[in-house]
Amino acid sequence: MPEFAVELRNVSKRFPGPSGEEVSAVKNVTMQIRDGEFFSMLGPSGCGKTTSLRMIAGFELLTEGEVYIHGKPLGQTPPFKRPVNTVFQSYALFPHMTIGENVAFGLEMKGVPKSEIGPRVKQALEMVRLPGYEKRRPRQMSGGQQQRVALARALVNRPEVLLLDEPLGALDLKLRKEMQLELKTLQREVGITFIYVTHDQEEALTMSDRIAVMDHGVVKQIGLASEIYEEPNCRFVADFIGETNFIEGTVRSVDGDHAEFEAGGLKFIAVAQPGLSRGTSATLAVRPERVRLTHTRPGDTPNAYEGEVRESIYIGTDTRYLVLLSPTVNVRVRQQNTVPVGMPALEGPVGVKVWASWTPDSARILVE
Amino acid sequence: MNILKRLRDKNSRRGLWLISPTLLWMIGLLIIPLILVVITSLGQRDPDGNVIYTFSVNNYLRLIGYSFNAPCGDTPPPCFDDLYITILWRSLVLAFQTTVLVILVGYPLAYYVARAPARWRNLLLFLILIPLWTNFVIRVYAWIMILRSQGVINNLLEAVWPVILPVYTVLYNLILSPLSAFLPLHLSAPGAFQPLEMLYTPGAVLVGMLYEFLPFMILPMYTSLEKIEPALYEAAADLGASAARTFWRVTLPLSAPGIVAGTILVFIPVMGTFIVSDILGGRQVILVGNLIQRQFLDARDPTFGSAASIILMVMTLIVTIFYTRRFGFGEEIASA
Repeated sequence: MPEFAVELRNVSKRFPGPSGEEVSAVKNVTMQIRDGEFFSMLGPSGCGKTTSLRMIAGFELLTEGEVYIHGKPLGQTPPFKRPVNTVFQSYALFPHMTIGENVAFGLEMKGVPKSEIGPRVKQALEMVRLPGYEKRRPRQMSGGQQQRVALARALVNRPEVLLLDEPLGALDLKLRKEMQLELKTLQREVGITFIYVTHDQEEALTMSDRIAVMDHGVVKQIGLASEIYEEPNCRFVADFIGETNFIEGTVRSVDGDHAEFEAGGLKFIAVAQPGLSRGTSATLAVRPERVRLTHTRPGDTPNAYEGEVRESIYIGTDTRYLVLLSPTVNVRVRQQNTVPVGMPALEGPVGVKVWASWTPDSARILVE
Repeated sequence: MNILKRLRDKNSRRGLWLISPTLLWMIGLLIIPLILVVITSLGQRDPDGNVIYTFSVNNYLRLIGYSFNAPCGDTPPPCFDDLYITILWRSLVLAFQTTVLVILVGYPLAYYVARAPARWRNLLLFLILIPLWTNFVIRVYAWIMILRSQGVINNLLEAVWPVILPVYTVLYNLILSPLSAFLPLHLSAPGAFQPLEMLYTPGAVLVGMLYEFLPFMILPMYTSLEKIEPALYEAAADLGASAARTFWRVTLPLSAPGIVAGTILVFIPVMGTFIVSDILGGRQVILVGNLIQRQFLDARDPTFGSAASIILMVMTLIVTIFYTRRFGFGEEIASA
């Protein structure tokens, strides 16, 4: 058994544009998706994630490169002969068929014996917690239920890979959160490789084993959810995933993994992106929750400066602050309200002088 | 639904004002004339051509074959004459043929337009509708130019006849002539060009009907096909359906409402039309529409014409009721 469920090798897709010129949707993308993995393609709209998914499904033909499923190149194989199934953003349930007929469709097309279809449909609907809904029509069901039917209709075929194209996009927030957990559980139960396309970074972080962050048709970074969040390799990833403070400045010196960075007269030590050199203009990225606020100077880190609290917003679980460290450098800080973190006086902190600090390992120096 | 109860309701009465223009129109120009037609159909024509209002079903008996005065071949009256039954049956068969032909020709076209890039669709629909800008009768007359002995088709055939003749001679001697010993083929031996007699045949009427009624089938079919979400085709392919199976299992069922609506729009007018058969069928193809027209204008027997009109209406109604019972009125069962 080859190690990878799906492999994209140097895949490019160009579409004819409106006035004759070619538009590149996907540029030389290489990805390896492991067997049984929950893999997400994440990026803003137009980043090429949906096109990549559609090329795996066979709805779009590749301009260059090749897609492999379990080691077999797919070439020009039409969609109906590929060992994958898709859950569409619009669900795409057949409106003229009952739920049972919808779920049975793929099995019928494959020529599964009639006696086997009934039980498998029943089992698939039980799996998505819709037992006994066979006789209903799609339009009689809510969006969340239709979404589950779409899932059952795809999974009942036991595909080698399940492709999901923003399947939760049309659901309201609460339902979406429920379905995220449900999808993750379901994926673990059935053990099928899921490739999930989304523009919602929180969704990708919640569900995925690994994430590919894409932008303008290019893969920016592939890694575990924690790697993508904690160790972004470029400004785009750091900006797209979660909230980040960006401080513009210059690299002063590089020492192994770390580098000294100067911005607005302040000096910081942080993890350096490989290939940095002295004098390079770069960006320091630090997550708001990695910044500590204290009344006195902390002794354990060189990245500590006294500043003035300019804003303080209480949002329940957290309080957010904006702290001005120098006339040109300010940082957003996020502190959890559960633990007393050395800020006993929360009332009216605007204007208060505090020390903001973070460890060298929790900040990164990035070039574009 | 109780109409009187509804009339007592204030809101329903307010609605009555809104529909009253249509209501008056329908009563004055449909219901009352229809009652007059029924009354006339039960009357008799006196020798001067005036209507005598009686209460007689003789006109209906004549239509189903009872001959009061005229002999039927050698049999003296009263006797059975199938003349009018034949006309009614021919009209019904031709309406069926036209409807089926219009569906077969129109569907691929509607499908093509519906799947064309959005910016082309309006232009294509516009092209389909352009013929409707010309008068109905003129469009039928145009077919005379195409079909007659010295028409477009025959002139073209004659021009290429020197090329066709040797091929036909070989075909005739090798295959067709031996075959005609087993099959009822009525083929003329190779020779000088003989114009095809296409005008004033049932085929000419069918072609004319097809041409006239095609847009009325294409438009509702296009509407249904265009509504089908493209993702459904992808979903079918994704689940393992080839193009052909996608068509039978997804495209056709979802476009059925358009076919049903188009069938109603085509079948009913074709049943009653007399212009196409009059111009392209001549004396050869007499339909019930021609019969009615001639009774009112040439034969000056409005009582018999009225009876034929009522029979036509009843026939159309029966077919339509059976059809809609089975398939509905083409309301969108497909819409989610």
